[in-house]
Amino acid sequence: MNPVIRNSSFCLVHTPDLVRYGSKPRRQTSIDCSHGERLAAGLRSFQAAVDYPPNQVFIGNLSPDQLGAMPRPWYQAEKQASTTGPFGEIISQDLFYAVLKQADILHPPLVELTGESAAELQELLQAHKVLKDLDQGHWQGVAVQELSATITGDCLPLTTGKQLRGCIRRDDRAEGKEDDNLASHILLEALATKASAAIALRRLLHREGIAPQQVDYLISCGEEAVGDRYQRGGGGMAKAVGEFCGCTNASGMDIKNFCAAPASALVTAGALVKAGIYERIAVIAGGSLAKLGMKSAAMLEQGIPVLGDCLGCMAFLVTRDDGISPVLQLEHGTVGTARIGSSVSDELVYRQLIIDPLSALGLTMKDVDKYAPELHNAELMEYSGSGDVAHKNYRMIAAMAVMSGAIDKSDMRHFTEQVGMVGFAPPQGHIPSGVAYIGHALKAINEGRLKRVMILSKASLFLNRLTGLYDGVSFLLEANPAANNPP
Amino acid sequence: MLKDKKVAVFGERDDVAGLAVRNCVEAAGAQVIYETTSCFV
Repeated sequence: MNPVIRNSSFCLVHTPDLVRYGSKPRRQTSIDCSHGERLAAGLRSFQAAVDYPPNQVFIGNLSPDQLGAMPRPWYQAEKQASTTGPFGEIISQDLFYAVLKQADILHPPLVELTGESAAELQELLQAHKVLKDLDQGHWQGVAVQELSATITGDCLPLTTGKQLRGCIRRDDRAEGKEDDNLASHILLEALATKASAAIALRRLLHREGIAPQQVDYLISCGEEAVGDRYQRGGGGMAKAVGEFCGCTNASGMDIKNFCAAPASALVTAGALVKAGIYERIAVIAGGSLAKLGMKSAAMLEQGIPVLGDCLGCMAFLVTRDDGISPVLQLEHGTVGTARIGSSVSDELVYRQLIIDPLSALGLTMKDVDKYAPELHNAELMEYSGSGDVAHKNYRMIAAMAVMSGAIDKSDMRHFTEQVGMVGFAPPQGHIPSGVAYIGHALKAINEGRLKRVMILSKASLFLNRLTGLYDGVSFLLEANPAANNPP
Repeated sequence: MLKDKKVAVFGERDDVAGLAVRNCVEAAGAQVIYETTSCFV
């Protein structure tokens, strides 16, 4: 019995006024204070972010193939697109501030709102049918003059354009003082991850039509590192989000593996279900505030709107075989892993990620309908000078197909067109790393349009300064043999 | 062309890794004095 991925959710949070708190913009502004003004001038409106075709692909209103056929530049596409799609929703910054405030459990609070904003944001949250249950009653506001006077030192204003909504402070309690890990920008990163993961989880529960109490385990796989001076990166995000969402019967843990953490988490969730330890596991990932505006300097130089203005978040429901949903293939040898001893060679890594798992099932590379590698928004990556990351990965995949004898070298382009897609996901590290396609994959497999999809995820372990290795994780999603899918 | 030349190698995780470039240029007789692989995502 293999487990299944029954459902998924994909949401974006448009946070233009938090872009300045991303790692790169924050560093640039500290060097050149005029950078902040240029950045503010380059930000998009909420409707422009909603209309942006790659964002519409992320929430499921467009397919990757439809995006690939659209003329560039995508950011100039004129369309009154919807904020909601089959997989999720694009959330406004104000609604996110409301969730962010509710995610803060400390006393005195880290996040404080002006009195006027507290009332407005409470109304906004209560009007949202999927997120209203996140209301924890944390709405005490502070008079705007009083609040403004206290935004000094390590305290970041939260604004909507020029309107002050509130602020986030460092942990100034006795146990938090002098701890660099509890600075306001780090706590904002952590709270933003918690709040956005909760948005994705609530959407997943809504899509599945189950109560939060029916989840019995949570695995968080975001890129944040929460904790204080003695255990930076200690974790606890999964249970914090579960508590926030009312998953009172669930336990949970965090999995860290850089961008490949979601793939590792899905494989782990599947294994826990397959072993009979848990029945219904939610794998959740909040967004990376640090990566907001990561490529903004290149955008501003070219007069292009800052496209990296959204937090990505997603959630997956892994359960026992229901006889319908796509199967997470976990038979022996079918999960692709980059072994430590092999990571000195790209060829060996790709062989272990692609060829070996397929060989274990007696398959070749031509038996996979779609490969989903790093699916970073192609337009954004090209404007930033990093090149089309998805395309580079498909080049390697096609090369492996040639080397394994599955295709002829002259067929590489055709093969890539057949099994590939254009990158569409926001540059949020763990979000584009193969798993961004799972919503589309589940839909296409359920509709009988695809039979087998390989998710291929990579992780730059060398960024930890402890190793020169990079990692890779792959797994197959397959049509459920018991399902009566249309041809 | 590369024999006895000193080479600095800049690789990319999602393209050609530094190590692959190192192996090529060393096979061509060059000496690698610096090698790194970057992640741009």
